Amino acid sequence: MQFSESWLRSLVNPELTTQQLGHLLTMAGLEVEAIEPAAAPFSQVVVAEIVQAEKHPDADRLQVCQVDVGESALLNIVCGAANARVGLKTACARVGAQLPEFNIKQAKVRGVASFGMLCSTKELGLLGDVDGIMELSADAPVGLGLREFLDLDDQRITLKLTPNRGDCLSIAGIAREVAALTDVALTTVDCSPVSASVPDTYPIVLPAASACPSYCGRVIRGINPKAISPRWMVQRLERSGLRAIHPVVDITNYVMLELGQPMHGFDLARLSGGIQVRMARKDEKLVLLNEQSIEFLSDAAETDVLVVADDSGPLALAGIMGGASSAVTNATCDIFLEAAHFSPNAIVGRARRFGLSTDSSHRFERGVDATLPRRAIERATRLILDVCGGECGPLQEAGSGAEESKAVNFRPARARRILGFELDDAVMLDILKRLGMRLENEAEGIRVTPPSHRFDITREVDLIEEVARVYGYDAIPAVSLRGEHVMLPVGEGVRSTQDVRKLMNARGYQEVITYSFTSEELDRDFRVVGETLPLLNPIASQMGVMRGSLMGGLIQTLRHNLNHGQDRLQIFEAGRVFLTPAATGQPMRLAALAYGSVHKEQWGEKARQADFYDLRADLEALLHPLQVELRRAEHLSLHPGQSAEIFVAGQVVGWLGALHPRLAQKYGFAKSPVLLEVEMAALLQQGVPLYKGMPRFPSVRRDIAVIVDAKVELADMLASVKAVPIALLANIDCFDVYQGQGMDVDKKSLAFNMLLQHTEKTLTDSEIDSAVAEVVDILVKNHNAILRS
Amino acid sequence: MNLNEILIDAEREFSAAENLPVLDQVKARFLGKSGEITEKMKGLASLPADQRKSVGAQINQVKDQVEALLKSRRDAIQAEELERQLAAESLDVTLPGRGEGVGGLHPVTRTLARIEQLFASIGFVAADGPEIETDFYNFTALNIPEDHPARAMHDTFYLDGGVLLRTHTSPVQVRYMQNNQPPIRIIAPGRVYRCDSDVTHTPMFHQVEGLWVDESVSFADLKGVLADFMARFFERDNLPVRFRPSFFPFTEPSAEMDIGCVICNGAGCRVCSHTGWLEVLGCGMVHPNVFDHVGLDTERFQGFAFGLGVERLAMLRYGVDDLRLFFENDIRFLKQFA
Repeated sequence: MQFSESWLRSLVNPELTTQQLGHLLTMAGLEVEAIEPAAAPFSQVVVAEIVQAEKHPDADRLQVCQVDVGESALLNIVCGAANARVGLKTACARVGAQLPEFNIKQAKVRGVASFGMLCSTKELGLLGDVDGIMELSADAPVGLGLREFLDLDDQRITLKLTPNRGDCLSIAGIAREVAALTDVALTTVDCSPVSASVPDTYPIVLPAASACPSYCGRVIRGINPKAISPRWMVQRLERSGLRAIHPVVDITNYVMLELGQPMHGFDLARLSGGIQVRMARKDEKLVLLNEQSIEFLSDAAETDVLVVADDSGPLALAGIMGGASSAVTNATCDIFLEAAHFSPNAIVGRARRFGLSTDSSHRFERGVDATLPRRAIERATRLILDVCGGECGPLQEAGSGAEESKAVNFRPARARRILGFELDDAVMLDILKRLGMRLENEAEGIRVTPPSHRFDITREVDLIEEVARVYGYDAIPAVSLRGEHVMLPVGEGVRSTQDVRKLMNARGYQEVITYSFTSEELDRDFRVVGETLPLLNPIASQMGVMRGSLMGGLIQTLRHNLNHGQDRLQIFEAGRVFLTPAATGQPMRLAALAYGSVHKEQWGEKARQADFYDLRADLEALLHPLQVELRRAEHLSLHPGQSAEIFVAGQVVGWLGALHPRLAQKYGFAKSPVLLEVEMAALLQQGVPLYKGMPRFPSVRRDIAVIVDAKVELADMLASVKAVPIALLANIDCFDVYQGQGMDVDKKSLAFNMLLQHTEKTLTDSEIDSAVAEVVDILVKNHNAILRS
Repeated sequence: MNLNEILIDAEREFSAAENLPVLDQVKARFLGKSGEITEKMKGLASLPADQRKSVGAQINQVKDQVEALLKSRRDAIQAEELERQLAAESLDVTLPGRGEGVGGLHPVTRTLARIEQLFASIGFVAADGPEIETDFYNFTALNIPEDHPARAMHDTFYLDGGVLLRTHTSPVQVRYMQNNQPPIRIIAPGRVYRCDSDVTHTPMFHQVEGLWVDESVSFADLKGVLADFMARFFERDNLPVRFRPSFFPFTEPSAEMDIGCVICNGAGCRVCSHTGWLEVLGCGMVHPNVFDHVGLDTERFQGFAFGLGVERLAMLRYGVDDLRLFFENDIRFLKQFA
């Protein structure tokens, strides 16, 4: 909502500077977004009249004018504008004047002295597209400062209104608010009835009574088609961001800005049969004022779009925009004025559907005071008769009229409890009265009937907000925290996602956050579970579907950083993935990627590419002290020989592997990054330690090495050993793997260390030897192992 | 050789020994089984009984002196050898450390953690909810009925089946209140989505929702808690704050909270559009219609809720001037927040 400060002050004029007024509005919930001067600063520009104009002796296009600026002597001014002529009232910048772009000095123009300059709107930084110097009205008083004459020391104020304050989408509404806030007297707009001078009426029927419960209209005949809108009105419209179009349109716009009631003027001669406000019917068509063609499509016979129609079909999108066929033109003599009440539910969303947003739809969507139509018609009638002449018929009112506002119960004690401080009843009730509420005392509290324009007030808490708002949020004390303190439960065996993130940081990984939506292709390359989950209204196709894996985002991040000069990257992301069915499967996961050398290039470590086992070590650190088990498994995005499912406590919790070379090539990586993706829930459950005691007798270590087929996997060998209870074997680990020289190509050597331990005594050599032999025996039997000597 | 000569000889020979093995050989010459002093001792037996005592004492005296000389030489050699070893083992201590580097948190996560920590200190626990939400939780239960103009302000992403990407973290309020009785003190951090993308909007961003419901939690408490939070977050004890009436369907009274611009300290700059104030969060008293939806008694319970944009706080705190940097994930940007 944009408006002229001086227009507002014509209705309520508190003793506040512009800035103070702006602050008052902002702190009352009518946020001031901008305050801009109506005109750029300039000085010493006055209304002047050209008394004499002669051709310049040495220049064809220049005239030498004698200009009356309201002083005894005329000024000699050289002017190049084609429209400079005797009798023209225009703007004259005197010698010494400061204009927005330059200053005026006495000068000689082609040998003729010039004492000032006749100005165009452009030179003064004003709106207007007339060629040449300004053309002021004939009644402009010569000598008067132009700023004063055109009221240029005005400000344009722009409010950012919240959707509940439709009542402030008008000058009268804002003035009402300012009057309530400052307790300054309010001038009301003259909406007194205009009596009919002709008996003419036009039929109105309202078949869609809930969408349009009331409709006011009036016939005005014989307006002057040549009339133009008065300067003051055009100026107020312009300062509210509207342009003058046609006096009837200007006046309906003016009344909308002034009172808040959107209106429409039809060319009566172009209507046939009578006004019907009804739902648009299937396949009907309408061309709007902006020449947009609309076709009403629906499966049902009737659509959900309200139109104002006549016998020939739709004339206007009700509450949104008029149609081209019935619009007033320069030839219009008879008009039919409309001011209707449309319910917000009948308007909301419709304009948007047709790609429109109009001053009218903006107001009706938020709600308009249902008592306004009659006042608006009277106001507009008076202005039209004044500006355009003509004779009016009687005011016509169709429909049920406005409903009485519903009363709300108000308990001052409740208000104090919600707001949290002591506030006298009298102060609260005074605030409500100032807002135009009607108060009646009752046993339960106070019965408050809001004025018709405050249809947003439906519950007690709405009144409490009004009290707080007008009292001033700033005046309400801020209370420091008090009350009972309860110790929060902290699960020792559970850690937070934050702990997990910090662990990844400590392992050298940088956190990233990528979009939860991605391209369908990227999703397809990495989604293992569920189906593509498309957005119906994506912002771009690269963000068209919800991700089914975090890996895709890491791959894109890797690509971005390689393109920006990095050669290694270790990153992770914690976030949700979206499985189907949509509403249930949104697990939180952690994914990590390592690419390039394990360490930053350095003197202290030999360069080595991060591989499967580096990432596995990170995974083990993340899950420590839980046991991690990896089992070979194929994943569509991973190298089939270098991918595994991650198991914790027998449950699959994720994947680890190298990117499939096919995808590495597709995404332009010289080598395959290694990736993991784990369910976050699996990383959070740590358990609480339970002390088990320490062995009192020394343990003994024995090492063995065996040769097996290269395909035999360590986990299977360890599983065979662990399947047989060997009482003395406390632990067995593989500490070396060898393949290569001195060994058949399809063989490998594994070295194990065993920790042998008896809880009751010191072991003897024979006991040790027999335990080791037992292990070797298992490996030989189950895996064709050959013991190396 | 007499005893005196032995002593002089030993002193000279010990001094000439350059390392411990040589010194040990030299030592044998004097103190070994057939060393000079040992031989002298053996010779005592052949002396007359009356001389044995005094000669023995002389020999012992010289022996002590030789041993002292030996020890002193041994110490000196050891000291020299340690010196040499230390010199040989000296490092360039200015070389960088070996092995791993460390990573860092994303600035948004870092900010979220800080917010969570501050609220945890006054008893707020973290709550969580889905990002694909139903219309009921995202709108209806929050008193935003269908066709309410506030819905249009939300620029919602929709999916098949009538579900949507949550446009704010407020649905977590509803979910939590459905399953928990007051007193309730939660904050709900997370990703939210709006169909909007330009210099100051990304289609995904982060919010933190806060909710405190009990029997007497008031607007004055709201002001106190949030003013404290902002002062602690920015570590400025006298941070100016102001609350302006605003409108959110799910709170009443509703407020926007502004803080004095932390960039220019209120003098006016580009960041605060020369107003001296920064809009940092929306808040208000939970609307009774929301309590009605979750079945809480509106006469007994009341409380406040707030929602703040995490990227905005992160930008102000760390001086980031372009929102879009947060989701480009350029490592040169991210590693500045480690």
